[in-house]
Amino acid sequence: MSSAVVLSSLANGVMLGGLYALVALGLTLIFGVMKIINFAHGALMMWAMYASFWLAKLGGVDPYLSLAVTLPLGFAVGYAIQRAVITPVLEAPEHNQLLMTLGLALFLENLALLTFKADPRTLLVSYSQASVSLGPILLSLPRLLAFAGALAVTLLLFLFLKFTDLGKALRAAAEERDGAALVGIPVQRVYAVAFGIGTACVTAAGAMAVPFFYVSPEVGNTLVITAFVVVVLGGMGSFAGALAGGLLVGVVESLGGLFVHGSLAQIGIFALFILVLLFKPSGLLGTPSA
Amino acid sequence: MRRLPLLLLAAALVIPLLVRSEYLIGTLTLIYFFAFVGQGWNILGGYAGQFSFGHALFFGIGAYTSSLLFVKAGLTPWVGMWCGAALAVLVGLVTGHLSFRFGLRGAYFALIMLAFAEIFRVAATNLDWVGGSFGILVPLRGHAPALFQFGDKRYFYYIILVMLVAACYGVRRLENSKLGYQMAAIRENESAAEGLGVNAYQVKLTAMALSAGLTALGGSFYAQYFSYVDPAIGFGPANSIEILLRPIIGGAGTVWGPLLGSFLLGGLGEGTRGLVKSYAGVHLMIYGVILMGAVVFLPHGVMGWLRQRGRRG
Repeated sequence: MSSAVVLSSLANGVMLGGLYALVALGLTLIFGVMKIINFAHGALMMWAMYASFWLAKLGGVDPYLSLAVTLPLGFAVGYAIQRAVITPVLEAPEHNQLLMTLGLALFLENLALLTFKADPRTLLVSYSQASVSLGPILLSLPRLLAFAGALAVTLLLFLFLKFTDLGKALRAAAEERDGAALVGIPVQRVYAVAFGIGTACVTAAGAMAVPFFYVSPEVGNTLVITAFVVVVLGGMGSFAGALAGGLLVGVVESLGGLFVHGSLAQIGIFALFILVLLFKPSGLLGTPSA
Repeated sequence: MRRLPLLLLAAALVIPLLVRSEYLIGTLTLIYFFAFVGQGWNILGGYAGQFSFGHALFFGIGAYTSSLLFVKAGLTPWVGMWCGAALAVLVGLVTGHLSFRFGLRGAYFALIMLAFAEIFRVAATNLDWVGGSFGILVPLRGHAPALFQFGDKRYFYYIILVMLVAACYGVRRLENSKLGYQMAAIRENESAAEGLGVNAYQVKLTAMALSAGLTALGGSFYAQYFSYVDPAIGFGPANSIEILLRPIIGGAGTVWGPLLGSFLLGGLGEGTRGLVKSYAGVHLMIYGVILMGAVVFLPHGVMGWLRQRGRRG
C-alpha cells in the first residue's frame, strides 16, 4: 500500500468527518440545551436528503442551491416538532423522552419507506465524480465541498451563539432554565429555536451529502448511530467536541476501510463508542458532570 | 379477580381444540411470543429500571446459537436453546459488568446496549460461517418433535404458551421476592437504595442475566417457528424496538404489562393488516405513533392507567 493511498484515504476521512461533525452538531446542540437525546435526528436528515434529491431530480436544482428552500423548511419543521412532540415530555422521566423521539424516528422513517420505497437512490451531479489533486493526495470534490460547508456552518453557529441576543438567550436557557425564565427569557420559544437550528444543521448536512451519498429510508439510521458515536466521543453538548469527534470517526472509518472489507469497519467505530462510554462518558473534550 | 389468570389460562388451553383456524392460532402464537420476550425485557427494563435499546443482542444470540448448533452439529434445538440462553447470560454478564461497573445509567445505558447489538449485527453480517448477510435456514425435517419441528403449528402454540406462563409465574414470584424489592428500590432511587445497603451492581447484574436468558429462549423459539434467522431479524435495531414496545405500552414493571401490550398491538396489527398489506412500513409507522401517544397519555402504560382508575373508583 503506497503512502499516497493512505494519505488520500486519510484526507477523505477528514472530509467525511466534517459531514459527520455537522450531523453531530445539531444533535449536540439539542442535547446541550434541553438534555434530550434526539433519536429522530437521522430520520430528519434522511428527509432532508430526499428533499434535496427530488429538488435536483425533478427541478434540476443543485443540492447546494436547494438549501435556500430546505434550510428554512428544516428550521420550521424542527420548531414545530419541539412544540408538538418534545414540549409534552420536557418534564417526563428520561426514558420517556427517549421513547418519544424513538417513536418519532419510527414514524418518519417508515413514512419515507411508504412514500419512496426501500430502493437506495443516488444523485449524479456534474461534480459527483470530480476530484481535486493536492500534491500526491486525491480529494473527492463533493466531499471537499461538504467539508467546507460543514466548517462554515459550524463557524456561523458559533458566532450566532456567542454574539447574538438570541444565541445568548439560548446559552442561558441551556445553563439554567429557571434562572433564564426568571430574567424574562421565553424559554419554551428558545427551546423551539434550538430544535429548529439543530434540524437546520442536519438539513444542511443532508443536502451536502446527497452528491456523494446514497439516499434510502434507512440511511438516517446508519448516520444517526454514527452521530451518537461522534457526540459521545466529543462530549455531549460540546461543539468543539462534535467537530473533533466527527473528524476522528471519519478517519477511523476511512482508514478502516483500507484494511478490512465491507461494513466490518463499522465495528471499529462501535468499539470506540463503547470504550468512550465506559472510560470517559463525558467525552474527550467534555467536562465531567456530577 | 384472583381467578382471572386461571380462567384466561383455561381459555388459552382449549382455544386450539375448539377453533381450527390456522390464522387465529398463528396470530395468538405470535402474541404469546412477543409477550414472552417482552417479559424478558421487562425484568431489566421494567423492574430494575435499566432501559435497554439493544435487547435484540440476546434474542439474536438465542436464535443463532440453537440454529447453528443444529445445522453444524446436528444438536437438537431443545438442547441448543439452553446453550443459547447460557451464552446470552454470559454476554449479558459481560456487557452488564462493563456498563454497571462504570456507572452507566439512563440514556447512556440504552445507547451502549444498542451499540453492543449493532456490533453483533455487523459481525454476523460479515462472518460467512454464521451465514453472512443471508442468515441461516433451519433445514426442515418434517414432523420431528425431537428436533423442535412440527407438522402442526398448534404444537408451537402450546410450547410458547408454556414458556409464557412459566415466565409470567417466575416474574410474579420475583416481584414479591427480596431481589424484586431490591430491583424496585434501584429503579426508584439508586443512590437511596445503595444507602440502605442494596448492592446495586449485583442486583442489576442479576436482573441482566435473567433478562438475557429469557430473551434468548424466545430467540430460539422464533428461529424454530420460522425456520429462519438473519442478522437484521436477529440483532437489528428494529427488533430491539419490537421487544421493548409491548411492555412499554402495557406497563413496564408489571407482570401483566407485556401480555396486555402484546394483545393490544397484536390485535391492532391484525386489524390493520388487510388495510395496509401492500404498503411496507405502515405497521412500524403506526407503532411510532402509538409509542408517542403512549408516552404522553399513558406514561405508565395501560396497567398504570388501570391502576389509577382503580384507585379513583
